[in-house]
Amino acid sequence: MPSVGLTHFLILSAVLFSIGLYGVLSKRNAVVIMMCLEIMLNAVNIAMVGFSRYITPTMLTGQVFAIFIIVVAAAETAVGLAIIIAIYRRHDTIESTRIDLMKW
Amino acid sequence: MGLDIAFWALAIIGVAAALTVVLQGNVFRAALALVLCFVAVAGIYITLSADFLAAAQILIYVGGISILIILGIMLTRDVQHGSPSNRLRIPAFLMAAVFLGVLVFTMTNTPWPVSSAPPVEPTTSALADKLLGAGGFILAVEIAATLLLAAILGAIVLVREK
Repeated sequence: MPSVGLTHFLILSAVLFSIGLYGVLSKRNAVVIMMCLEIMLNAVNIAMVGFSRYITPTMLTGQVFAIFIIVVAAAETAVGLAIIIAIYRRHDTIESTRIDLMKW
Repeated sequence: MGLDIAFWALAIIGVAAALTVVLQGNVFRAALALVLCFVAVAGIYITLSADFLAAAQILIYVGGISILIILGIMLTRDVQHGSPSNRLRIPAFLMAAVFLGVLVFTMTNTPWPVSSAPPVEPTTSALADKLLGAGGFILAVEIAATLLLAAILGAIVLVREK
């Protein structure tokens, strides 16, 4: 077995991203969809930090990008959960298949 | 060698936790598995010698976002309905599998220009230089602060009782 390198981290990131993608596309509960979104963002962060560690180890630019992704993810989670709670108050459901007011 | 063992252990824990989030029927248990997945990702950051990011991951994701998500689950009281799949479960699975295949194919076939220089350790002061120093990302830091303020205000306005 070869020693752990950049490809290992990239494949781990791809596996986590695909799991999150499957969850986002296939789940009905809006909170679970947001949880899968967080998995996808974490996978992207692993790829960013992996590139930063193995390709430009002295520049840290990938880690700076990862910090900004974390900040935007925190803002996204706060607003997303607020929207979900507002929808739940009005419609008594957070099933994404039944939130279809603007569906053609 | 120790790095290899740490990577494989953390990778297996992380992927298993992510699969639990997707496949678990109970929403609350899925949220707890998500916390485990965040902790595993923080460990992965440590194996990548990104110590500041690992600490930030623990503080923000494990300490903050997971609490927010559990709060959201409790406020919407949808635990008893579980987390069922919609009609597009099989197309979604096929699409995710094809996407994973394409990603793995490109990642294993690209000749990455891997550098052999040792990584910066500890990263905190170097990151501060990058973020706040001359020629750094100071404008993006300011914009991120504005974004966080706007997000907090927006969340308050959205959930406020009329």
